[in-house]
Amino acid sequence: MTRPFVLSSEPLDEVAVSQVVEQPGCGAIVTFVGRVRNESRGDVVERLEYEAYPEMVEAKFEEIARETREKFAILGVAIHHRIGMLEIGDVSVVIAVAAAHREPAFDACRYAIDRLKRIAPIWKKEFTPDGAVWVEDRP
Amino acid sequence: MHVTIRFFASHREATGRESFVIELEDGATAADAFACACAEHPALGRAASAVAFAVNLEHVSPETRLHDGDEVAFLPPVAGG
Repeated sequence: MTRPFVLSSEPLDEVAVSQVVEQPGCGAIVTFVGRVRNESRGDVVERLEYEAYPEMVEAKFEEIARETREKFAILGVAIHHRIGMLEIGDVSVVIAVAAAHREPAFDACRYAIDRLKRIAPIWKKEFTPDGAVWVEDRP
Repeated sequence: MHVTIRFFASHREATGRESFVIELEDGATAADAFACACAEHPALGRAASAVAFAVNLEHVSPETRLHDGDEVAFLPPVAGG
């Protein structure tokens, strides 16, 4: 059984994440899949390394899910994030939200990924042809 | 009192450490712990432009008073997702 809040050094399975939240009363599941892309602010990106504060990430994912449930009419939310070295095209984050109807599912999924980017203690190092740098200059 | 400091990402690379234990006066704050860590690792002060603080896995203000046995983390600006 896949858990709802996971920090993993193994590849993420977006289907498994959506299966965590599915239930008979849910008419909509919205899944956000974040991927490593080959460009950042005009620079070529060759790969990314993610690092986290694992014990705190788990608490923050639960906090984000609690907030999301309070704000939107949803039935469930699951958040999985990858850590370690990722190549272009690898999946870095998956968020799945189940609701009776599509509108709260879309809105809640957007809210959850925005909150994750703001408060989850996760860091990203970009590897470019000119060297590697921790991304610290934007929310 | 003694508290455990945790370093991550740019801070971990600047200090060359993931964690260490420091001794502080009773009544010391999270900001005091950071100043103490910067004194021990000057590279940390240069790397830490916008540090946030967590104590025992919760975000806190720099003025938060610490207690013996606390785990204090200095968090560089986050970039998950």
